Amino acid sequence: MRRYFGRKLLIYGLTFFVAVTVNWMIPRFMPGDPVSSMVARANVTQPAAVEAMTAYYRNLFGLDQPLWRQYLNFWSALLRGDFGLSIWAFPTPVSTVIGGAVPYTLALVVPSVLLSWVVGNRFGAYAARRKLLDNTVLPVGYLLTATPYMWLAVLLAWAFGVLAGLFPVAGGYSFSLRPTWSWTFLLDLLHHWALPFLSLFLVALGGWAIGMRNMIIYELESDYSTYLAALGAPSRLIRRYAFRNAVLPQITGLALQLGVLVAGALVTEIVFAYPGLGSLILKAIQNKDFFLLQGTFLFIVLGVLIANFIIDIVYVVVDPRTRAGMAGVRA
Amino acid sequence: MRNRVRIMIPLALAGLLAAACTDGGGTAAPPSQSQAGAATAQADPDSLPRNETLYTTGTQWGPPANYNPIREWDSAVGTKGLVYETLFHYDATAAKLTPWLAESGSWTDDTTYQLKLRTGVKWSDGQPLTAKDVAFTFEVGKMETIPYHNLWDWLKSVEAVDDQTVKFTFSKANYQEWDFMLYSRSILPEHVWKGRSEKEVLDGVNDNPVATGAYTFMSKDQDRVVLKRRDDWWGKAALNMEPKPRYIVDIATPSNEVAMGLLLQKGLDLSNNFLPGVANLVKGNFGLSTYYAEPPYMLSANTAWLVPNTTKKPMDDPAFRKALASSVDVKKIVEGVYGNLVKAASPTGLLPQWEQFVDQSVVGASGFAFDTAKAKKLLADAGYKDADGDGFVENKDGSKISLSLIVPSGWTDWMESARSIAASAKTAGIQITPDFPDFNALVEKRQRGDFDLLINNERQLSNSPYTYYEYMFQLPVQKLQNTVNFARYENKKAWSLVQELDQVRTDDIEGMKKITSQLQQISLDDLPVIPLWYNGLWAQSSTSVWKNWPSSAGGAPKTPAVMWRNWIELGGFETLTQLQPTGS
Repeated sequence: MRRYFGRKLLIYGLTFFVAVTVNWMIPRFMPGDPVSSMVARANVTQPAAVEAMTAYYRNLFGLDQPLWRQYLNFWSALLRGDFGLSIWAFPTPVSTVIGGAVPYTLALVVPSVLLSWVVGNRFGAYAARRKLLDNTVLPVGYLLTATPYMWLAVLLAWAFGVLAGLFPVAGGYSFSLRPTWSWTFLLDLLHHWALPFLSLFLVALGGWAIGMRNMIIYELESDYSTYLAALGAPSRLIRRYAFRNAVLPQITGLALQLGVLVAGALVTEIVFAYPGLGSLILKAIQNKDFFLLQGTFLFIVLGVLIANFIIDIVYVVVDPRTRAGMAGVRA
Repeated sequence: MRNRVRIMIPLALAGLLAAACTDGGGTAAPPSQSQAGAATAQADPDSLPRNETLYTTGTQWGPPANYNPIREWDSAVGTKGLVYETLFHYDATAAKLTPWLAESGSWTDDTTYQLKLRTGVKWSDGQPLTAKDVAFTFEVGKMETIPYHNLWDWLKSVEAVDDQTVKFTFSKANYQEWDFMLYSRSILPEHVWKGRSEKEVLDGVNDNPVATGAYTFMSKDQDRVVLKRRDDWWGKAALNMEPKPRYIVDIATPSNEVAMGLLLQKGLDLSNNFLPGVANLVKGNFGLSTYYAEPPYMLSANTAWLVPNTTKKPMDDPAFRKALASSVDVKKIVEGVYGNLVKAASPTGLLPQWEQFVDQSVVGASGFAFDTAKAKKLLADAGYKDADGDGFVENKDGSKISLSLIVPSGWTDWMESARSIAASAKTAGIQITPDFPDFNALVEKRQRGDFDLLINNERQLSNSPYTYYEYMFQLPVQKLQNTVNFARYENKKAWSLVQELDQVRTDDIEGMKKITSQLQQISLDDLPVIPLWYNGLWAQSSTSVWKNWPSSAGGAPKTPAVMWRNWIELGGFETLTQLQPTGS
């Protein structure tokens, strides 16, 4: 057991190190210079003032030091939990900017991933081998997974937001409200959350349902199911065993999905003008905000690693073979 | 039976879906209106009543990061103009300064300017505004990184004579620039700002600003900033003015599409975004209006220029630049790309608001117009020939001419325009390839002079054509050209004329004309930059909650409806005082 987790942790540690290094490198090798575009925005006419400002900001962001120094500074600051100042939202610290966005992204991504996974699996399992459902749910599922996400989101925003006027088209909450712990505010929050959530949920749902349906059919046709049936076990029981086996690959799929979903949320947040990490990433790239980009990527890397770690633990719990394997290693 | 059910279910589903869509066609009451109905809930400060709130967008693209009036380029919307105020406002229609914090100001001799402040103006913490605050504000400019630091190259001293009087003594009186300073600089409270370090002044967030303006900041979030009207604002009595919206919510929309969606939902009152195709919406029954009901729909805010890099061949040759200018079909861009939302620029590039400074005789003799045949002739006369028969002319030494025209990636209207310019230059025999680098990469190339051609419109309307000529001719050319003279054009005579213009009194229109006429001659002969079109002061307003928006119609206000930074004191504020609630 300890060795299993020890090895996993080592791998995660290495992944983290490499990811953070790459994360530090990418913005620095993009074309363009953040400080000069920052100063250009200031619209200063006097060349002397421009030089003074440029030098000042280079020094402030530590960009006047050799690269290896910047890299070391980056790690030491990181270990102190200091992500630096955002260039785009200057002079707000990156951690504040991200802190304001994270709740929105988490509230969007976590429920949509988990709910679509649970509902999709249940539904797929239920639909498998039931002709009526198979002929209706499946085509809809195919349609949903095949729809380009961007298109579906725009369609939802247009139909329910602009045409029907049932849902707002922008913002995390009404522009007329201030955040408080009141029912009005919470309902409003939910109202703004509904459409982006629905778009993410729908797209993911189809994929899970189809996957599960195929898996169940495979399991129902396997030897142990036939054997059970021959023994006269009720079909409910057989299905339950099939479900347990079929859900394992789906768990792996979930782990993979968690990483991809932040990218999915990026499009969602842009289409629905929802204030989360995704819109921050876009802005950070557009404004060459090294520090914000590093911060958001770091957050995503951490998120994916943690999610994978949790899945690893879940695997140990749900799949007896993993436990057996670990026992074998020890023996 | 079984089969029938199988077919029926998808059909029923499709039917449901269609029903949902047609339901959408009927216009249900937008949620914003139900909020307007809840206006009685005024006691709740956390929910803004719709009929007293103005929703705007088009200025901020990110979270409001600071309230620092020194940071005129990225401070939260309204920091200057609504919260902090300037000594004067500038009325572009009447072309004159309107006293604001100042009661009056005048030149007592050639190099001394005396300013009288209004009495009874109070900071939001109750302290009175005095001459010391004004003197302090300009003294702050002595710090090297402050954007108006260059003022001290020609300002000798500023002195508070008494509580209401400030005396400025100049070593060199740059009258034109000084007027610009008078309406551009926010006045700071000395008792709050005194003792702040250079770092704090330039980079400070300045939370809870103490200021004189008609609004204060109420709250902010990643995508918005909320301002609340101050009912003890000095201007109510002194100017007999009151901005009508009790609350202003400025929204940072991530894209123009979102702004458009909000506008159609009636959740937005004023959008200062460029919305392609807005002409159709204005004509249709959507409750939207623009300044003009017909083309060009918008007032003009700035000139878009085609900037050639005059240090490179063949752009270093005025004859080539003139041929290039004649080869561009601006009308096609105005109609095809903008759908008539902009106006073609005059050959001088001076904005319509400066028309009195255009010397028609000079333009008549030396101006240019789109004329492919003439462009071809100019090229041939200057010695640019197509020897290898590929349809494009070559340099005089026979080497190929292949120019790239850069505009920022994602600026779709400019990308289309660049394609159009390339196409019309091609018919005249000039090879231009549009290229779309990332904005930051473009800024860097522009600074270093590492480009052939680019489009730029960064000089806005101001009190004087001086600012435009400074943009064209400023010398010396530096290693990095940040804001002006991207073309790296060097003409000592022109630059000394520009400096001369700066030292003409702003009320001496004839004296200004004499110099601007000579500058026009130079600019038309040499074409350091080629004017293309006048970019609009994008303003789409919704009449669902607020009416009496500025428009060309008789009786309507003539000030611009705009929340852009540095525009509020150009009439944006006055527009707010003219609004009327639609409900009443």
